[in-house]
Amino acid sequence: MAEPLLDIQGLKTWFKTDDGLVRAVDGVDLRIDRGETVGVVGESGCGKTVTARSVLKLIDMPPGRFEAGRILWQGRDLIPLDDAEMNKIRSREIAIIFQEPMTSLNPVYSVGEQIAEVIELHQNLSRKQALVGAADMLKLVNIPNPERRVHDYPHQFSGGMRQRVMIAMALSCQPKLLIADEPTTALDVTIQAQILELMQEMKERFGMAIMLITHAMGVVAETAQRVVVMYAGKVVEEAPVGALFGDPRHPYTQGLIRSIPRVDRSAGQQARLESIPGTVPSLLDPPPGCRFAARCKYAMEICTQAIPPLKEVAPGHRVACVL
Amino acid sequence: MSEEEALLSVRDLKKHFAVSGGIFSREVDRVYAVDGVSFDIAAGETLGLVGESGCGKSTTGRCILRLIEPSSGEVWFKGTDVRKMGGTALRALRRDMQIIFQDPYASLNPRLTVGAIVGEALTIHNLAKSRREHEERVVQLLETVGLQPDHLRRFPHEFSGGQRQRIGIARALAVEPKLIVCDEPVSALDVSIQAQVINLLEDLQEKFGLTYLFIAHDLSVVEHISTRIAVMYLGRVVEIAPSRELYDTPLHPYSEALLSAVPIPDPTVKRQRIMLQGDVPNPIRPPSGCHFHTRCPIAKPDCATRVPELRESKPGHWVSCHYRG
Amino acid sequence: MAGSTPVSLSADAAAPAAAQPRKSRPTTPAGEAWRRFRHHRLAVASAVILLALFAIVALGPFLWPVPINEIDFSAKLQGPSWAHPLGTDDLGQDLLARLIYGGRISLAVGLAAMIVAVVVGILVGAISGMASGRVDAVLMWVTDLFLSLPLLPLLLLLTYLFRDSVKSVLGPEGGAFVLIVVVIGGLRWMQVARLVRAQFLSLREKEFVEAARALGASKPRLVLHHILPNALGPVIVAGTIDVAAAIIAESTLSFLGLGFPSDIPTWGSVLRDAKDYLDIAPHWVLFPGAAIFLAVITINFIGDGLRDALDPRRVL
Repeated sequence: MAEPLLDIQGLKTWFKTDDGLVRAVDGVDLRIDRGETVGVVGESGCGKTVTARSVLKLIDMPPGRFEAGRILWQGRDLIPLDDAEMNKIRSREIAIIFQEPMTSLNPVYSVGEQIAEVIELHQNLSRKQALVGAADMLKLVNIPNPERRVHDYPHQFSGGMRQRVMIAMALSCQPKLLIADEPTTALDVTIQAQILELMQEMKERFGMAIMLITHAMGVVAETAQRVVVMYAGKVVEEAPVGALFGDPRHPYTQGLIRSIPRVDRSAGQQARLESIPGTVPSLLDPPPGCRFAARCKYAMEICTQAIPPLKEVAPGHRVACVL
Repeated sequence: MSEEEALLSVRDLKKHFAVSGGIFSREVDRVYAVDGVSFDIAAGETLGLVGESGCGKSTTGRCILRLIEPSSGEVWFKGTDVRKMGGTALRALRRDMQIIFQDPYASLNPRLTVGAIVGEALTIHNLAKSRREHEERVVQLLETVGLQPDHLRRFPHEFSGGQRQRIGIARALAVEPKLIVCDEPVSALDVSIQAQVINLLEDLQEKFGLTYLFIAHDLSVVEHISTRIAVMYLGRVVEIAPSRELYDTPLHPYSEALLSAVPIPDPTVKRQRIMLQGDVPNPIRPPSGCHFHTRCPIAKPDCATRVPELRESKPGHWVSCHYRG
Repeated sequence: MAGSTPVSLSADAAAPAAAQPRKSRPTTPAGEAWRRFRHHRLAVASAVILLALFAIVALGPFLWPVPINEIDFSAKLQGPSWAHPLGTDDLGQDLLARLIYGGRISLAVGLAAMIVAVVVGILVGAISGMASGRVDAVLMWVTDLFLSLPLLPLLLLLTYLFRDSVKSVLGPEGGAFVLIVVVIGGLRWMQVARLVRAQFLSLREKEFVEAARALGASKPRLVLHHILPNALGPVIVAGTIDVAAAIIAESTLSFLGLGFPSDIPTWGSVLRDAKDYLDIAPHWVLFPGAAIFLAVITINFIGDGLRDALDPRRVL
């Protein structure tokens, strides 16, 4: 197998808070190959966002700290790198877009200046050349009148347009990996469809890999090739998208898929939603054993004693469950 | 549906917000948040109200409850015009109509105990004769929504989003309402918790014979819970149809695009997606004629000048488009 | 509407445990605030010192029963000794006794003026925040007017003008107290009013207030049950700072000779009497100065601690 682009091994990112140690990411293995789209799904507090930010080392330390594990970027561990070395990787090799297009742009600079700044920093171009480059990027993400809009300020753009600007900025250095952290959660469905299509288009054009973090199973089903399901700081299942939706093995994944109302099915087929009882466990003192055990309908005694490791049940399909 | 059998009838409801500016705070512009909305809800049914941000669906819900004063139009509830109600009648109305909010964090007063939050309605309307009866009723309400009696003395911050939403539901149930406006009740919740709350709402509807106006932007949730669905775009209803019929044969091009944009959690399903161009226009200066004509794939020149009427194309299926239905 | 998007989903980076039911910790909002206040060491230490100061001032006359006006020229301008722990002034009066007595007045003036400022501020702010429109505009105009008045000259003018008439009604000491409290409080309510108004404007739109309206709650109930309790945090913080400011204002007035009658000691008036003997009796200036300094700085630190503890973002 070729060397993966990103290989996260046993990552633990913990946070020290007033209430105690929060094990936000607690032993995560995650691999992304060149040019593939990997969906990372899970509910709030499952650690998906912290995992993504750990890759770029965007975690405030303290209170956060890397307790264990390695983040191998093309074979090189990112954890020991200092900020200056990380800055060479940020944007140029790994770029990130966030959920809130409203707050991720600086309101006092024009969008052109903000994109140009990234280009300038990483490509040794003059300001003027960089501004031309910024306009080209806006054109690429289908913003009408790019030459004029390059001088506009963030508040003059709608939510969807701002997310396009964010994508333009992220792609301006042609990164090998784009981390998209809930890129469409704050957007309406019709705009979400536009943005997802744009990301697909950009991926085909630049051949980068995408790590798509989302809570929306539908978005993952339509965009990702491989899916990683996280629960309470751990990966519980990992599979190619077809296998995950066609043959989910982990009870949490099964519950998650069955609890979503489906537009494409008539109400008769789905009279009542299946729900997962209870709530997500506290990451302050997580229960020993499988973290899903308390909500799992198949839970046995062994589930509350030892943490089940990920094991391969089919090629590329790994599940952390004793069943 | 005739007006006699409807529990709630909304007729040509409008809400315009003034945008003031300049040195003298004159009205310089108007936001046409709700711009002529009409629909009926029969007792015991769930009418879903869907649309994207800024389409006026939440404002419509609040106008019905008179949490926001409508600019014009009529809201008939059990044969009385809600808009003409004064103090006493309005207070009585509060016992018939309730609301459940989107944000489980902002919708509960952080300084009150759960018991005080749920029991507030009992105090306001003198629904409990003694303190014991009051507490018994609160406990009963908590149990109805799946919470523990000992939660009574706890504060909202001790609960998760899903549990808080249950507290909000218990508060609304305290007055034994007939109609509940559910304003995006599950949008802020995690998927696995969403299903719990949706199931709870369905159970309560059956148990107490409730009628819901279910406002949401998530079409799959709305389709699941609603009997009929009204689709809104820029302050107007563009289509009303029985839930399944809307999904099988949407008539309005906007409904069609909206439905096709919903991602389906099944990679084996491949669909033709209708991509809408651009963003929703600003409701301060909505497009002339049919509000949707600027983004409509089938728009013709006269769509920009003629406002389409909401008309019944098939029994029970209303659409407002010149060229569809 | 921006409000129609999920809100809790971005929370897992910022507050990983935010959605969890919290265990084994104080459960009331007040308990939460106290827990956070205790983390602020400087504030806790300040609270201890301030409480000690209050205790000394309250119980002092019983523990140190020396009259404040016993003149003894043989012992004038003495430094600290066993007979006079803080020394004596130019008339040989015991400084400790005078400072204890003066502390009662200074602290009482501070607290009373704060109460006046907070009550007026809450009233103006609440009316302004609930009424909106013309009433709001007028009240805020008045607030801005008061804010633009130069405080000290006005204080001097008002005390000068009304000193005698108030004194004739309430007696020399009581009259001075009421006048000073009303004047200081009456010139310091504006910040509180603005704070309360801003809080009201934002809380008014909160969904829990809307929920109460939907239940049929009356306007007074909305204000007293739902809006005001949630608006109090910043007001309490502003109030503590007001106590300190009022103590300083009283000292300034006394220092300028416009406060209490000259035979009644306050921290400010003791300081004023001492100023001519700076070089021969430095202790005389030092102790009242230190008392004012200690009271004001501890109150300000407590205000800081309360600001952290009552931060509405962390309570909501």
